Amino acid sequence: MIYEELRHFADSYGLLFLALIFLSFIGWTFRPGSREKHEEAANMIFEEDQDDG
Amino acid sequence: MDTLLLRVGGWLAIVFFAFIAMVLAADTGFAVHMAIIAMAAGITLWVTINKADYAAIGRGILKAPADPGIYDDDPIRWGVIATIFWGIAGMAVGLIIALQLAFPVLNLNNEFTTFGRLRPLHTSAVIFAFGGNALIATSYYVVQRTCRARLAFPGLARFVFWGYQLFIVLAATGYLMGVTQSKEYAEPEWYVDLWLTIVWLCYAAVFIGTVVRRSEPHIYVANWFYLSFILTIAMLHVVNGLSMPVSLLGSKSYAAFAGVQDALTQWWYGHNAVGFFLTAGFLAMMYYFVPKQAERPVYSYRLSIIHFWSLIFLYIWAGPHHLHYTALPDWAQTLGMVFSVVLWMPSWGGMINGLMTLNGAWDKIRTDPIIRMMVLALAFYGMSTFEGPMMSIKAVNSLSHYTDWTVGHVHSGALGWNGMITFACLYYLVPRLWGKERLYSLRMVNWHFWLSTLGIVLYAASMWVAGIMQGLMWREYGDDGYLVYAFSEVVSAMLPMYLIRAAGGLLYLAGALVLVYNVWMTIAGKQREEKPMTETPHNEDLDKPIVGKPAIAPAE
Amino acid sequence: MSGFAEKHKKLERNVTLLGAAAFVTVAIGGIVEIAPLFWIDNTIEEVEGMRPYTPLELAGRNIYIREGCYSCHSQMVRPFRDEVERYGHYSLAAESMYDHPFQWGSKRTGPDLARVGGRYSDEWHVQHLIDPRSVVPESIMPPYAFLADKDLKTGDMVKHLTAQRRVGVPYTEEAIAAANEDLVAQADPEAVTTDLVERYPKAQVRDFDGDPDRLTEMDALVAYLQMIGTLVDFEAGEAQEQPR
Repeated sequence: MIYEELRHFADSYGLLFLALIFLSFIGWTFRPGSREKHEEAANMIFEEDQDDG
Repeated sequence: MDTLLLRVGGWLAIVFFAFIAMVLAADTGFAVHMAIIAMAAGITLWVTINKADYAAIGRGILKAPADPGIYDDDPIRWGVIATIFWGIAGMAVGLIIALQLAFPVLNLNNEFTTFGRLRPLHTSAVIFAFGGNALIATSYYVVQRTCRARLAFPGLARFVFWGYQLFIVLAATGYLMGVTQSKEYAEPEWYVDLWLTIVWLCYAAVFIGTVVRRSEPHIYVANWFYLSFILTIAMLHVVNGLSMPVSLLGSKSYAAFAGVQDALTQWWYGHNAVGFFLTAGFLAMMYYFVPKQAERPVYSYRLSIIHFWSLIFLYIWAGPHHLHYTALPDWAQTLGMVFSVVLWMPSWGGMINGLMTLNGAWDKIRTDPIIRMMVLALAFYGMSTFEGPMMSIKAVNSLSHYTDWTVGHVHSGALGWNGMITFACLYYLVPRLWGKERLYSLRMVNWHFWLSTLGIVLYAASMWVAGIMQGLMWREYGDDGYLVYAFSEVVSAMLPMYLIRAAGGLLYLAGALVLVYNVWMTIAGKQREEKPMTETPHNEDLDKPIVGKPAIAPAE
Repeated sequence: MSGFAEKHKKLERNVTLLGAAAFVTVAIGGIVEIAPLFWIDNTIEEVEGMRPYTPLELAGRNIYIREGCYSCHSQMVRPFRDEVERYGHYSLAAESMYDHPFQWGSKRTGPDLARVGGRYSDEWHVQHLIDPRSVVPESIMPPYAFLADKDLKTGDMVKHLTAQRRVGVPYTEEAIAAANEDLVAQADPEAVTTDLVERYPKAQVRDFDGDPDRLTEMDALVAYLQMIGTLVDFEAGEAQEQPR
């Protein structure tokens, strides 16, 4: 493999591939219906306090 | 009894072999290090014999089982003290070398105290000793609380703590004796590197083991950051540390890679020591302690997930920006620059996530000096993660590289972000770990805050001026077409800036000493009598209805 | 989408999977950036004149490493007009091809040293290292007077060259065998050094520290400083350069 070929791959399909991964990842994180699960996760660090109190 | 005998025998064997290695050592540095190892093993031997639970052994068990109903906090308490101790030591050495640059006579005309030998002592002490101990201690704390489980391997967890201190002592004494690979932030020689690898793998085992034993289904995001920090540091350390010892009984080794390849491997390591040691690990602290201190959940858990994956993916590419315009191939430089600039976004995502956690409780910045420290830390995180991408742009880098601007940039991150978030976490932890109602003094936290802030401002501002001045003077041409300044003239122009920088460092160190006093008194169980940080104004005289005056007549 | 979501839920709850995914994520950048440097041919353009260090130069370089000189001195001239004018021809990748480790540095508290060889006299270097401010009043460099008092360690250069060869430096069998003698001979004006110079073209043979009776660490460090950046003959190779 030669530098030029790698360069062309990086500029085209490589870029497209990474962009798609990134977008689908954001899509997954913000998918409808996940809000509740994430709020639960965010609040889990406070559970111990409720137990104590 | 057998296990105890086995252990005693093992430690005795280490004492013996270290002693033999000391006698046969090829150089003084190695001999001293072997003596230190023999001593450390000897102390452990003594402790093993003295602390053995003979009553329990008599009953046929090795020792009485620990209370499973409480968290295993001993190594965390040691870690807090080690963090403070190494922090003071590292900052003090930093102040000394800052003064050496202003007054070279402070090099003391002595081989052990030159700037070249003290500088890695400073960087390693603050990054790996102060920062590392803070990371290990807080990760032990956070992983237990978020998993609702005790540390997985209590013996190993203690080994990690003491093993890490031994690593620090070996590295630090090595630098003073000239035992160094002279690879920036990876100076320790091959056998110290090997030791750190063992300790680090044990650390990974303790951390991952605890996560595996958790009673919560979800793994809290702070643990993701700790996990990626532990794994990535292991990878970076092993690859960048590859080297060939000259002798198995000597300290000197030759790095496995040379020239360009060594340069890129080194800065792949060096940049990600920043990215994963000083960023991912400390972000883990941020994601646990900021919500806890603010008493509200993180602003957006979804943002934290995106923050995590994009940060760890992008950071690893950014190393080549340390090698702009060098003999490194252009394509690698450009790649490094592009990823560094893109890195700005997840960094600010994290900062916003941390700051907005205070949404709806902004008054705490006024009333709670610990929150104030956290906010300052995040603000500096934001500033240096903006400055960094800017400096990685080749045109800017051509001016800033090799100058004190880089030093200023590093310190706005290290003092502002790493230092302040660590101090805030220490203030959070100390009363809880030692079972005290509150800190000795909140007002002293406030003093610490202001001393540090002023120190950082002096430091960063003087280094900006020094760096840009240096860069411009080096490249200045006169009308006659010749360079205007000799190198030595640029050196002497730096003096005022170096003095201001040292003053900034002194203030920062003074702030840390206030912390030492505050923590000391808190552990001693004292509480300072002081005015509370906030009092809502209340004037009793005015707090009554107005009588004797006619009400304003209603309009017709 | 729901299948993907399920998978991710698993990831969030499985530490092995999370660790593996994180590790793959961080490994990609390094593999894509660093690995090609080892096999793309034009990373290091071959240059006439490069050779491994002589034992004395290597010993000097080891002192340079031991003292942490990289903290303040770079060895990498960038291709800018002012740098080329101040320090000399910009650095080529090949010039550090035998540097284990590289010493390009990241800070110029003092000047770049990539082309310091031959720029000053031995006497200047010795005086400057003993008391920097006696020759450069503005200097803030630490004094290195102790180098002149310390005898250079001899007798283990065979081991050093062997270790160097194990990491890829092309020392010949005879160079390794003669390493201990070469170390002493290079700083000894009386010694017969035809073989040494043949093994290491352009090697400078003389007493470096002004004290011919002793072989000190000062000899080694000055021998190293006096050869940095001198191996490649830029005057002859001017035609093949391409400005960046």
